[in-house]
Amino acid sequence: MSGQMGLEFVQNFPCFSIMFCMFAGIVSSAFKEKIARVLNVVVLTVNIILSASVFLFTIRTGEAYVYVMGRFPAPWGNELRIGVLEAGLALFFCVIMLLCLLGGRHKLVQEVEEGKQGLYYVLTDLMLSSLLALIYTNDLFTAYVFVEINTISACGLIMIRQNGRTIEAAVRYMIMSLLGSGLFLVGICMLYDLTGHLLMSNIQVEIARIVAEGAYRPPLLVTIAIISVGLAIKSALFPFHAWLPDAYGYSTVSSAAVLSSLVSKGYIFLLFKIIYRVIGFDVFHDSKIVNMLFIFGLMGMVFGSLSAIKENDVRRMIAFSSVAQIGYIYMGVGMGTQAGMVASVFHVLSHAATKSLLFIAAIGLTDVSGGSRKFIELTGSGYRNKCAGVAFSVGSLSMVGVPMFSGFISKLLFAQAAVQNEGKMLPTLIVLGISTILNAIYFMKTVIRIYTPVDDVEYPTVSWGENKIYAAVLLCFVVLNVFLGICSQPIVDLIESGLGMFA
Amino acid sequence: MGANLLNNYGEAVAMVLFAIGFGNLMLQSNLIKKIIGLNIMDTAVYLFLALKGYISGRAAPIVVNGVQSAEAYINPVPSGLVLTGIVVSVSVSALMLSLTIRLYQRYHTLDLDEISLQLKKEGL
Repeated sequence: MSGQMGLEFVQNFPCFSIMFCMFAGIVSSAFKEKIARVLNVVVLTVNIILSASVFLFTIRTGEAYVYVMGRFPAPWGNELRIGVLEAGLALFFCVIMLLCLLGGRHKLVQEVEEGKQGLYYVLTDLMLSSLLALIYTNDLFTAYVFVEINTISACGLIMIRQNGRTIEAAVRYMIMSLLGSGLFLVGICMLYDLTGHLLMSNIQVEIARIVAEGAYRPPLLVTIAIISVGLAIKSALFPFHAWLPDAYGYSTVSSAAVLSSLVSKGYIFLLFKIIYRVIGFDVFHDSKIVNMLFIFGLMGMVFGSLSAIKENDVRRMIAFSSVAQIGYIYMGVGMGTQAGMVASVFHVLSHAATKSLLFIAAIGLTDVSGGSRKFIELTGSGYRNKCAGVAFSVGSLSMVGVPMFSGFISKLLFAQAAVQNEGKMLPTLIVLGISTILNAIYFMKTVIRIYTPVDDVEYPTVSWGENKIYAAVLLCFVVLNVFLGICSQPIVDLIESGLGMFA
Repeated sequence: MGANLLNNYGEAVAMVLFAIGFGNLMLQSNLIKKIIGLNIMDTAVYLFLALKGYISGRAAPIVVNGVQSAEAYINPVPSGLVLTGIVVSVSVSALMLSLTIRLYQRYHTLDLDEISLQLKKEGL
């Protein structure tokens, strides 16, 4: 890998896209709001094009490649590593982020103080660069630094809407995140101590050697546990989710959509990378940590949904539903099989597409209900804003797992993975069933509520095309959901080949 | 086991400090105490890294007197990691402190639980 003589131009694009976002963020802080906003859209669009070309390139070559930063060869230099899964996920994240920002723009103008909206775009640029770096990097310490950048920009996205609730939510978010990244940092240091490397590929070789020799058993186990728990805290796995409803429920809508669909997914993808590329799938499986993740995943699926049912605020209900969905993802990881991992990766995509749709559709419904998010006020809002009503129903159907939509495919994949895994089949299928019923209860309750006619309407009615950007964004999300639900087989094949390239 | 612990007492101290910091960050309800816990936790990691990079009897990796051999110096990578970690920790502490100031100006208390209670009363 030394020297980059035979490098095609497109192979530089991942590095370009990270740098481009970061510099755009830095430069935006000096510009006026309007320029920062235009620059942000340009950055996202350019990134979509760059990621798409890298994605097509990796599909064409059929193998992952290593990009050496600064031409220092392997054990010393910093590297990016790009395969089908990384490039595809980067493309997907950029698309979702663009849609979330466009969909929430009209609320941003209302909710964020005059003069501070420019900062919002600085934060989103930084957020995107850190997400891309987490996806592409091949170096653990770089991953740690970008985890912190991600945390700081996420905190900014929560508190940019200034009221007591959001600041308190931001503080709680920071505390939980810092606990998680502290554990993650200690884990990295221990791995460095055990193996003497920071690059993922080198660590994997050394760990394979250590395990074969049977040396350092307890430290390795502790390290795996610490890293898994650290990343689980950061991605709001069940017992660590206390900060989540406030952070998603009271921040401005684009922030809630971006946080739920992308930020937690960035950490989960980092965990996937660590499982496959650092620790090694078999070593991770043998360490029994998977069983812990499995149990907490199952608990999250049930308790997240139960909290969502009790909730009387539509935004917080959607937020609690995220806890349940994160539980699904960890359950897939916890099954400890290839099929389970494929299902988890698919659910990352499906949940990102659906949850951002729900958050953005919900804002349309609350806007025609006098800004109140209580269920009683939402009665009949599906008639007042038809566009948001239809989109919310699609999102709900997808979350519940109705065929044709993406949520059905992820549930199907989880169930198939469970059947292949004898020891964990029964608990998985039972909890999957219970969770689906609970999902149906709270989402269908909401859909019925918004389509219950009321006689004395004192709220305004919004026609289909009144806010064209908003309607177009919802349409894109619905199309994306149906696309994931109908054309699932090629996507699942790509995920499988991407996970194959991890090894 | 006991002998190992005695040999690696520095690492053991680092881990104890880490646990103290972690516990404070998690359990204290006073925001300033939480931030102090955060700093203890991060410093413990730097201590651990510095210990791991040190090789007894060798010098800091700065070339003086023309000694080029790697055998003469300690491992410089952990020191670099500590520096990066300090930068991250400083910015995170600054952010936490600024958030604390915002909350204090609004609610005139540093107690996170009391702030939550007041928020419930506001019923926002």
